[in-house]
Amino acid sequence: MITFVVRRLLLAIVTTWLISVLSFAIIQLPPGDFVDTYIAQMAASGSSVSAQAAEAMRKMYGLDRPFYVQYGKWVGRIVHGDFGESMEWRRPVLEVIGDRLWLTVLLAFAALIITWGLALPIGIYSAVRQYSIGDYLFTLVGFVGIAVPNFLLALVLMYFSFRWFGASVGGLFSAKYSLLPWSWGKVWDLMKHLPLPAVVLALGGTAQLVRIMRANLLDELRRPYVVTARAKGLTETRVVLKYPVRAALNPFASNIAYLFPFLVSGSVIISIVLGLPTVGPLLVEALISQDMFLAGSIVLLLGVLTVIGTFISDLVLMWVDPRLRQGMG
Amino acid sequence: MAEPLLSVRGLRTHFETPEGTIRAVDDLDFDVFEGRTLGVVGESGCGKSVAARSVLGIVEKPGRVVGGRILLRTHAGDTLDLAALPQDSAAYRAIRGPEIALVFQEPMASFSQYYTIGNQITEAIRLHLRLSRSAARARAIELLDMVGVPQPSRRIDEYPFQLSGGLRQRVMIAMALACDPRILIADEPTTALDVTTQAQILDLLRELQAKRGLAIILITHDMGVIAEMAHDVAVMYLGRAVETGPVADIFAAPAHPYTRALLRSIPTVLAKPRTHLPTIAGSIPMPSARPAGCAFSPRCSEVLGDVCRQTEPPAIGEGARSVRCFLHGGAP
Repeated sequence: MITFVVRRLLLAIVTTWLISVLSFAIIQLPPGDFVDTYIAQMAASGSSVSAQAAEAMRKMYGLDRPFYVQYGKWVGRIVHGDFGESMEWRRPVLEVIGDRLWLTVLLAFAALIITWGLALPIGIYSAVRQYSIGDYLFTLVGFVGIAVPNFLLALVLMYFSFRWFGASVGGLFSAKYSLLPWSWGKVWDLMKHLPLPAVVLALGGTAQLVRIMRANLLDELRRPYVVTARAKGLTETRVVLKYPVRAALNPFASNIAYLFPFLVSGSVIISIVLGLPTVGPLLVEALISQDMFLAGSIVLLLGVLTVIGTFISDLVLMWVDPRLRQGMG
Repeated sequence: MAEPLLSVRGLRTHFETPEGTIRAVDDLDFDVFEGRTLGVVGESGCGKSVAARSVLGIVEKPGRVVGGRILLRTHAGDTLDLAALPQDSAAYRAIRGPEIALVFQEPMASFSQYYTIGNQITEAIRLHLRLSRSAARARAIELLDMVGVPQPSRRIDEYPFQLSGGLRQRVMIAMALACDPRILIADEPTTALDVTTQAQILDLLRELQAKRGLAIILITHDMGVIAEMAHDVAVMYLGRAVETGPVADIFAAPAHPYTRALLRSIPTVLAKPRTHLPTIAGSIPMPSARPAGCAFSPRCSEVLGDVCRQTEPPAIGEGARSVRCFLHGGAP
C-alpha cells in the first residue's frame, strides 16, 4: 500500500518535471527571444534600443546561456513565485492570472459535482430498468447531450434566461461586484452565478458518464455475487446498491483525473461565450499574441493541477478498491 | 418415509424472449427430505440451475415461474406454497437464508471483492436473526470455525481474493448456513475446485448434514459426485425429471435410456485402456425447440417408434421410484 503511494508520488514528480520542460519549450519555441520582441515593441512605439543595451538585457535575463541554464533559472524563479512578466499586459504573470486560476478550478469542481450527481442515479436507473421508457428517454437525452456542442447550449440558455427572466447570465459576477475585492457578498454573488455555467459545462460529460455507468452496471448485475446477495434475502434495492453499484463505481474514481483537463479545455469556448473570468480565454489570447511567458505559465499551472488531480484520484481508487489497498494490484 | 421438507410439483419456469418462449423448467417434480441429499443430475442446459433459482424465488428476468407448486414446511411448522408468493415480497425474503440457502459454483465470482468475508456473512445474520454487530461477528467466527477455516478470528477480516479456492468455498458454506436453514441448495459446489479440495468440501457437506439434519439439494452433472453424496436422485432432461428414485436403485437398475447413457459415460479405472468413453449421440436441443413426444427420443438408442416421437410419456412407478419412458409401459 505504501509502495503504491510512493510509486505514484514519484511518478507525479517526474510528470511535473516533464510538464515544466514542455512549458519552457513552449516559451522558447517562437523564433527570437524576449529581447527581440521587446526591441520590436520599442521600435513600434517609436523609440529604439541600442545594441549594447540589448546585450545587457540578454545578460541580465541569461538569454545568452544554453537552454538548460535558462531552464534552471526559470525554474529557480518560479520556486520563488516569480513566473516572469506578461509581454502583452506588461504586468507579472501571476497578477494577470490572478483569481482566474481558482475560479477555473472552482468551475471545474462544480461541474464535476453536477456530473456525478446526475450521472450516478440516472446510470443506475437506466441499468436496473433497462429498456424501460425512462431508460429510452434518458438514452435519447443523453445522446442529444453528447451531440450538442456545449457552447450552443450556453447560447440557448443565455437566450432563454434573458427572454424569460430578463437577466444577463454572462460572467461569474454581477457588474456591481466584479471589480470589488473579496467579501461575503461577492462570494454569495459567485454562488448565484456558478450553477448555469457549471451545468452547461457538466452536461456533455454527464451524458457520457451515464452511458459508462449503465454499461458497467449491466455487466455487474449479471455476476454470480448478485445472485448470492439475493439468496441471502436482502431487498433488491440493498442488493443493487451494496454490490454491483459498488463495483461499477471503480471507473468513476479513475475518472476524476481524466475529467479535470477535459473540463478545463471544454470550458474555453463556454468561457468566451459566457464571458467567464477563467484561464481558458486568457490562454487563447496569450497564444494568439505570442505572449509566451503567460502561455507557458498557464500550461504549467494547469499541468501541475492535473497531476495533483491524478494523484488524488489514485488515492481515491486505492480507498475504494481493497485489492489495491491490500497490495494485490 | 417421513413427510418431505420441500415438495415440488409440476414446476414450470419459462423465459419469454423475442425468439419465443424458452421452457427451462417444464413440469418438474421432486421431494426433499430432512437429513437426506437429493442429487439433481443432467447435462448443461437441462434446467438444473433454473430449478434451484425457482425454489429460491430469484429467477432473473425475463424468466418467471408460471406454474406448479413449491410446498415448503417451515421452521414454524406450517406449509407454504412458494410458487404463489411474489418473488420480491418480504415473505419470500424471509425464506431465503433462514429456510433455504444457496451455495454455488464459483466461490471467487460468488463473493463481492469489495467487502470482507465478515461483512458478507454478518449481513445476513443481522438481517434475519436481528443480532447486534458484535454478536453477529461472534456467530460468524463460530461458523467459520465450524466449516474448518483456520484462525477464523483473523480470517474474518480478510477479503475473498486473499483466500484459496477451497477456503472460499468453505466460507461460502458458512455464509449459507449463517441463518440455520433446513435446506441447502448446492449448485455444482465443487466444479471449480481441484479433486482433493473437492473431496474435502463434499466431506464437509456430509458432516454438516449428519450434525444438523440438513436437507441438501445437490446439483451436478457428475455422476461420480452423485454416487458418493446422494440418497435420492432426480435425472433431469430438458426441464423435467425423467427418472427419480433412491440412488442405489438407480445405479443398480437405471430405467430410463438417458440415465443409462449418463452412467455409461462415467470414466472408470476398470475400463479397457485406449478405448473411447461412450458418449450420448447428438446434443441437447434448445429448450425453445423441444422435440414433440418424449424430448429424448431424437437421441435415444432404444426408441420404440412413433409413439415416442408423438406422445409425451407419463410418469410411471411405485413408491419413490418413477420414470417417464414407454419402455416401462404407459403407452396409449
